[in-house]
Amino acid sequence: MTASTLERVRSVASDIFGVPVDKITAESSPQTIDNWDSMQHLNLVLAIEEKFGVQLDPEDIEQMKNIGAVATLVEKLQSTPR
Amino acid sequence: MADSNSNSKRAEYDPASLRAEVDRLIAHSAFDVASRRLAELWRRDPASGTASFVTSRLDELRSKVALTKVKLAILRSFTVEPMVPLVRAEAFAYGIDLAVHVGDFNTYIQDIVDGQSSLYRFAPNAVILAVRADQAAPELWRDFADLTPEAAAQAAARVVHSYEQWIATFRKHSQSALIIHSLERPSSPSLGVLDSQSETGQSGFILQINRELQRIGATFHGVYNLDYDALVARHGSEHWHDERKWLTARLPIAASHLLDMAREWMRFIVPLSGRTAKALVVDLDNTLWGGVVGEDGVAGIQVGPEYPGAAYQALQRALLDISRKGILLAVCSKNNLDDAMEALEKHPGMLVRAKHFAALRINWTDKSQNLREIAEELNIGIDALAFLDDNPFEREQVRAALPEVTVIDLSHNDLPKNPLEYATAIRDCAVFERLTLSAEDQQRTEMYAAQKQRSGAEQSFQSKEDFFRFLEQEAELEPMSSLTLARVAQLTQKTNQFNLTTRRYTEPQIAEMAKQPEWQVLSIRVRDRFGDHGLVGVAIAHDQGEQCEVDTFLLSCRVIGRTVETALLAHLAESAAQRGRKRLVGWFLPTKKNAPARDFYQQHGFERQEANGSGSLWTLDLNSSTLRCPDWIKLKVSVGNSAAETRPGGKN
Repeated sequence: MTASTLERVRSVASDIFGVPVDKITAESSPQTIDNWDSMQHLNLVLAIEEKFGVQLDPEDIEQMKNIGAVATLVEKLQSTPR
Repeated sequence: MADSNSNSKRAEYDPASLRAEVDRLIAHSAFDVASRRLAELWRRDPASGTASFVTSRLDELRSKVALTKVKLAILRSFTVEPMVPLVRAEAFAYGIDLAVHVGDFNTYIQDIVDGQSSLYRFAPNAVILAVRADQAAPELWRDFADLTPEAAAQAAARVVHSYEQWIATFRKHSQSALIIHSLERPSSPSLGVLDSQSETGQSGFILQINRELQRIGATFHGVYNLDYDALVARHGSEHWHDERKWLTARLPIAASHLLDMAREWMRFIVPLSGRTAKALVVDLDNTLWGGVVGEDGVAGIQVGPEYPGAAYQALQRALLDISRKGILLAVCSKNNLDDAMEALEKHPGMLVRAKHFAALRINWTDKSQNLREIAEELNIGIDALAFLDDNPFEREQVRAALPEVTVIDLSHNDLPKNPLEYATAIRDCAVFERLTLSAEDQQRTEMYAAQKQRSGAEQSFQSKEDFFRFLEQEAELEPMSSLTLARVAQLTQKTNQFNLTTRRYTEPQIAEMAKQPEWQVLSIRVRDRFGDHGLVGVAIAHDQGEQCEVDTFLLSCRVIGRTVETALLAHLAESAAQRGRKRLVGWFLPTKKNAPARDFYQQHGFERQEANGSGSLWTLDLNSSTLRCPDWIKLKVSVGNSAAETRPGGKN
């Protein structure tokens, strides 16, 4: 993943979870962010779809185990038109 | 939608530093500025992430800044939670602090029926009932191919009946506004194209339910129809829906359209909250028309049926549409008055004309000053103004100087402007929405504009008489009838200034007087070259032996000082003489407010007969009277309900 995609995913996650952006890393996950529950997970999915113009399948959503995985997924989706 | 910030269209806009600035301002207790920056952040990037940030900061600001508080409950058959931050952020941009209560998933019937439910305990100002068609009408939606036409009709009737019961029950427990999502039609009906060949197809029944919901809604006060079917169609059913989210999260709407749903709700919440605009002030050059009239000349500006002029005509149509809802239009333009007026009056492509504008400020003064004056002239608050200008500098200047004005957003401040978006910007702006319309709303623009022309015209005449002749006034006198009874009684009750006796009468009292043969109850209507004033005056007189006494004589302040009063009095005198009376008499009973009528009898040749503590009695000898209707007023006298001959003014 590129630094710029990760940066943008971090800033979206910062808004959604209400956590300062410098506290969010590629390793941040539901285990390290208190607010990351199932409803916030949905909100993160929607915000990512909106921000990056992609659509996530249920299988994709299951892969979003941490912020780094989200950024990787976004790049994969952006490079494979469907 | 793809992120538009990455390619640095706006050098000066950095979302991270704007967020940091908001937090810094809150930390320094600069709440009003923080609030404005937060609204700017939302304006520039209205998205889910921004909404979460905006609502979290709004929770810190809400007790510190002036916002209109509204409580919204959403009853639903699908996931709406992701829309809650969006609708709260959008409301904040309209100056509304929206508290949202979301009913449990699919418990909307229990919530409505149980008077003790969390819905009613929340005491909402507005309730949205958002039920998907497949849940409201499952038989019609899923099993339509199995239904006989009779069974389908019964199913539709059951759906309508359920809604009717829910609405009635809701009204028993709450006076809150109720906004009901209509049902969407299937994008692929079960019988394919055959479905649209008859009214009894799947779509036909859904439409029938929607029509019934409209009808039922109209029978209740404060029940409104949100046309969900049209909303989906507007954005395109295939784009609107996200089947994957529906199956995994019970969220039927795609991420890119959640904001559109929230904005549709705002079109109801803004008018319900009263945060509406009463007037829209528009710029001229490159806003109302293309080009600069001072440089290009009237022939050189662009407005007409062909592009690019067509884009400006589209905006002008949008302006006319909102003015029909009672929203006043005004002009604020840095221009030479003569150039601008020539374009407004003479350019063949213009759909709006000077007469459509209730106020004009065409000068080189700073726009915020002009907006202040316009608000004063129209007698409305500055917060009731909206402002449309193609120039981002002017928009920012107004935003900074008058933050209470609704500045219409045109996207991409730094890009070449696109006049095609102006009409949409006006039509999409919730401050111009209205949920009901009165007859007065529909005529307000004409009334203001005519008033403005009258006062403008008056200044340009050498003498009053010239002005009166120019006005081409027509007055129509008729005996009070059942059609005019309510208005006549209302005028006696509320007219204070030009009212000689200030006697207040109820409708039954007026009706009783009119039945007596020796009493005359007359009303007068006035129109002139600028418009119709309607029924604006009343005279009541009764014969007593040799004299006729004026019991009541009043005119609405809209028409006083234009000699209509002379026409009315002259008619009383002439008709009394025709009935063989020798004198016309009348009291002037002074009040705190009727000074404008004090010298009325004296000015018309009456002599003071007596005076007491309550007033003075005046008399006119009808044999020697020279009182006539002024010849510049065309007077029409009706007898009973049918119009009699038109008599020339100043007759025999």
